[in-house]
Amino acid sequence: MVSVEEVYHTAELAKIEISGEEAEKFRKEFESILDYFNILDEVEEDVEPTFQVLPLRNVFREDKPGECLSQDEALKNATHKEEGYFKGPRVVE
Amino acid sequence: MDEVVIGLEVHVQLNKLRTKLFCSCPLNYHHSPPNTHVCPVCLGMPGAMPVINKEAVKAAIKVAIALNAEIQPFTVFDRKNYFYPDLPRGFQISQYDRPLALGGYVTIELDGEEKRIKLKRVHMEEDPGKLSYRGSITTAKYSLIDYNRSGAPLLEIVTEPVMNSPKEARLFLNKLRMILEYLDVFDGDLEGAMRVDANISLKGGGRVEVKNISSFKGVEKALSYEVMRQKNLLQRGRIVTRETRHFDEARNITVTLRSKEEEQDYRYFPEPDLVPILTEELVKEVEGTLPEMPEEKRERFKEQYGLGDNYAKVLILDVKMADYFEDVAKYVSPKLAASWIVDVLRGELNYRGWNFLKCREVLSPEEFARLMKYFEEERITEKGVVEVIRTKLDEGGDVEDIIKKKGLFAIPKEEIVRFCKEAIEENPKAVQDYLGGKKQALNFLVGQVMKKTRGRADPGETAKMLEELLA
Repeated sequence: MVSVEEVYHTAELAKIEISGEEAEKFRKEFESILDYFNILDEVEEDVEPTFQVLPLRNVFREDKPGECLSQDEALKNATHKEEGYFKGPRVVE
Repeated sequence: MDEVVIGLEVHVQLNKLRTKLFCSCPLNYHHSPPNTHVCPVCLGMPGAMPVINKEAVKAAIKVAIALNAEIQPFTVFDRKNYFYPDLPRGFQISQYDRPLALGGYVTIELDGEEKRIKLKRVHMEEDPGKLSYRGSITTAKYSLIDYNRSGAPLLEIVTEPVMNSPKEARLFLNKLRMILEYLDVFDGDLEGAMRVDANISLKGGGRVEVKNISSFKGVEKALSYEVMRQKNLLQRGRIVTRETRHFDEARNITVTLRSKEEEQDYRYFPEPDLVPILTEELVKEVEGTLPEMPEEKRERFKEQYGLGDNYAKVLILDVKMADYFEDVAKYVSPKLAASWIVDVLRGELNYRGWNFLKCREVLSPEEFARLMKYFEEERITEKGVVEVIRTKLDEGGDVEDIIKKKGLFAIPKEEIVRFCKEAIEENPKAVQDYLGGKKQALNFLVGQVMKKTRGRADPGETAKMLEELLA
């Protein structure tokens, strides 16, 4: 069972605002998704979980410096910037 | 004594690497303008793909081996989700339930006894960017973000809650730093090289987490403050609530922090853009490259150079100092080199806030050895050596030039004898007085010799010489 509170909490973590109607809609959807995943519980426990569907392992890069963006390029898409910095919200602690 | 229990989460930057953990942006961003060591990967741009730096994994494995941890054959990266402006993607690539290594320990010497500080785990993760504010953090209207640090390779080393005092925590961190510097994966002098979160509780109180301790010295201060604060609360019959606090380095206190997400709120899941790592081959590659560690070096110094444990113990505290010593010991008596480095040079560097790398640039081991040679040959006094070291460190220049310019070359013994004879000949009255029993007349003669040598003779030695000549 998924509660409406859990839906609101999840929305908050994702920084999304949802209406009461949407909360109820998501609650039902979450439930059906979780039900679906419950099928996995029927699998025998000694099966190694899948962390990555690709058959690849140990894909690495050498420790060699490459090209960076210039400061102008880096900040190009930012709406809020100041003297080479990105501007963000003040994080009150 | 109230029982104090401390556990630490130490974040160390593998700052000797050349590039970041998941992209090829160079790590030498210190002293660079903001947002100049960045690329689509470490700026979290859509579609940019991380690729793991192989050397970073090898460095992490090196550390895990040196910390006696059990390296896991299979390890994966996970996304740790939370919103914070220093995290451009809205998640940090870290490790969760399949960390690189489990267990391990670090041995410290506590009040003359060895104690093993047990570790829980060692895992890899990326550093977030850096936030700053115009003016005060409390009055600024916004934060300024520099992503140069974003994606720098970090190791998180988590201890069990097994330390019982702030001092013990400091000893642990010092030892950890020493090990990391021996492995040549870490430079503790760089800004932001090590950051610590500490969990601390007193018997009968809740566990408090102190975040944001960003210096070695800060750890002991923050923990001492917490012990005092919690003790005071308990003594007044109040309860210590379980909470997260922030260390305010400027004021040396901890302040309460709005509670952050709980672990389940991080919604960890395997990072789909990275593939798992099998460590077996990498461990083999690394094993042969492990350098001599502190304890081995200590024993070797005693054996190879005939040093006492007191000097060997200090020399190995800093691998840069140990290397410097070995370079000097190539040319002069190792015991002499050890005592001058430990007893004098180290203090002079400390006083100037320098380390032995910086020292090398200004006063090379070869030059220091030459100075030692002059001392060994008694061509310069102890006081003279100290003066040369200080002048050299502060003003530079050539060792021989400094000695000459300052007139520090001691006068050869024969010359002093000659001056003594002269003084005796020129002052028959004083000689007569001395021989007649007036002992203080000798002082007059010593003074005459000092005048002739312009103060470069040792007064005690001179007096002895005069006594012998007049006997």
